[in-house]
Amino acid sequence: MKLSRRAMLGGIAGLATMPARAADYSITAVPVGDGIWMVRGADEPIEEHNGGAIANIAIIATPAGTVLWECGPSLRYGRALRQVAEQLTGQRIIRVYVSHLHPDHGLGLAAFDPAIVAALPGTIAALTAQGQGYADGMYRLLGDWMRGTDLILPGRTIMAAQEDFGGRVLRLLALSGHSSADLALLDERSGLLLAGDLVFHDRAPSTPTADLAAWRASLEQLKALPHGGVLPGHGPLDPTGTAAIAQTRDWIDWLEGALTQAVRDGLDMVEAGDLPIPARFARMAAARYEVQRSVSHLYPGIEAALLPRIDVKSAP
Amino acid sequence: MRRAKSLWVAIMLTLAPAGAGAAPPADPLGSPMWIAHARTLFGDDPVRFDPRVHVSFPMIAENQRAFPVVIDARGIAGVRRMILLADLNPIPVAIDYRPLHAAPYVATRIKLDQRTPIRGAVQLDSGQWLVSGGWIDAAGGGCSAPPVSRVKGDWADHLGEIRGEVWPMAQGYNRVRLSFRHPMDTGLVENIATYHLEALAVTDGEGRVLGDMDIWASVAEDPAITLMVDGSPDAALRVAARDTNGRDYRANLILARQSPMPGGR
Repeated sequence: MKLSRRAMLGGIAGLATMPARAADYSITAVPVGDGIWMVRGADEPIEEHNGGAIANIAIIATPAGTVLWECGPSLRYGRALRQVAEQLTGQRIIRVYVSHLHPDHGLGLAAFDPAIVAALPGTIAALTAQGQGYADGMYRLLGDWMRGTDLILPGRTIMAAQEDFGGRVLRLLALSGHSSADLALLDERSGLLLAGDLVFHDRAPSTPTADLAAWRASLEQLKALPHGGVLPGHGPLDPTGTAAIAQTRDWIDWLEGALTQAVRDGLDMVEAGDLPIPARFARMAAARYEVQRSVSHLYPGIEAALLPRIDVKSAP
Repeated sequence: MRRAKSLWVAIMLTLAPAGAGAAPPADPLGSPMWIAHARTLFGDDPVRFDPRVHVSFPMIAENQRAFPVVIDARGIAGVRRMILLADLNPIPVAIDYRPLHAAPYVATRIKLDQRTPIRGAVQLDSGQWLVSGGWIDAAGGGCSAPPVSRVKGDWADHLGEIRGEVWPMAQGYNRVRLSFRHPMDTGLVENIATYHLEALAVTDGEGRVLGDMDIWASVAEDPAITLMVDGSPDAALRVAARDTNGRDYRANLILARQSPMPGGR
C-alpha cells in the first residue's frame, strides 16, 4: 500500500496534535496489619510525573467486603485501585471513605458507585462549594491523567461514630483543622489510626484550608485516643503512633510562630517564604514548597491582625 | 523548546522595522510579548538584561490573585525608575516606581492571568534600562475573576483602611510596609468597571517626596507595598494615595516606637 503525500502529512499532523496518553499508575499495596494494607503516595507536590498519586491510601479486608480509605486523584487511579484491592482481598469493595475535600484524596471516587462512598457532612458541603475548582486545577496540572474524571459527591453522609462490617469495627472521628471537616478512622482490629491529612510524616503539612487552632485541638484528640501505629495522609507509616502527630504539631506551631515574627519584623511575603527552615525538619519532603504555599495562605491574615491602622481622615 | 523560542525571537528581530532605534536584545525568557513590551516601555532607550536586578518570587503561584514579587536593585547605583511587568497579563505593568530618596527596592503582590514571565526593569540616570526576571506557571483568572470583597460585598465598608508600619534599618533606610483595602477592579469582570489605586507617594516630615509610583489594576486586591526610603530616626512619614475615582487616601507613619529591624534586611 502506498500512502499519498497528503495522507502522510495528515497522519503526521494527527500524531503531533494528539495529546500524549499518560502512563498508568503503579499501585503497590504493603501489608501494615491484620487484613490492612497501605498504598504509599509520592512525598511530592502534585506533578505530571506522579499523576497526582501523592496521598496515602489504605485497603481494609472485612468479613462483609473490602473497605477503602481514600480513593486517589482521578478516575483512572480509582479504577486501578479497585482492581488491586479486590484482587488482594478477593472481595468486592463495599465502602469508600473520603477523609476531606482535597482532590488528591477524593477525586478517584468517580470510579465507584457514589452510594458506597462516605464522607463527613462538612466534607460534602465543602466539595459542593469548592470541588469543581479543585477538579479544574487538577486538570490543569495533570492533563491526561485526569481524563474522564468528573466531580462526584459522596452519596453517604457519616453521622455515626462507627461502622461495623461483619464484626470488624471501624471507629469514625469527625475532626477539623486541616480543612473544615477531617475524618480520621481507627481500625480496632489492627489498632491502626488512619489520620488523613490531620497528620503528615516526614512530608511538610499543607495549609490551603487550614484552621491552625482547630488543627491543634484535633491533634490533641488523636494523641489522647488509644491507638497503635499511625497511617498519615502523606509520608511513611508511623509505627510509634506518636512521632508523626508530634511532628505535625511541631511544624504548624513553628510555621505560625515564624510567620507571625516575620510580619513583626517587616518582611514581605517573598522574604517570609525564604525564611530558614529549622534543621529538625530537614527530613521533611517538600518543606520549602509548603512554606511558600503557607505564606500565601496565612500571611495576609497575620498582617491584618498585626499591622496597625495608620489612615487619617483629613489631608495633612 | 528554548532553542525554538530563541529562533522565533531572532526572526522577530530580523523582521523588526529598521529606523525605530536599536532593537531590544533577544529575550532570554523567550517571551512572545518581549519585543512589543520593550518597544512600548523603553522606546529608544538602551536596554540590556542584567542579573543584578534581583526579581524574586515563590516557586509556586499558590494564589493567582495575589502573587508576591520583590524587585531589589540595591546592587546597582543610580537607579531612578523601576517597573514591575508580567508579559502575558492583560494589564502587563503593575507598578512604575520612582525611588527619589529611597533604595531601589519594591515588593508587592500582583494578579496572574496565566503562565507568564515576571520582570523587573530598572532605569539608570543615564537612561539605560536593566531587565531581569523569570517565568512563573499560574492557573488562569487572576485578572478576570471578581475580587473577594466584591463577592462578599463588603469592599465599600473597608475602602480607605490603611495599615502599615515603619522599621529603621541598619543602612540608614527606613523600611515601610503599607497595606490598603481596595478592590483593585481590573475592568475585565462583567459589569464591574475599572477601579483601582493609581498613585502613591511617601513624603517625609519636611514635605520631601521620598518615593512615588503609578499603580495599575494588575496589583492584587488590597494592595500591599514594601519600600525602603531614606530616613532619620525621628522622621514622621506621610503617605498619600489616589484611586481612579479621585478618592484620596492619607496615612501617617511614626517611626519612633519601632525597634530596629532584626537582621538588617
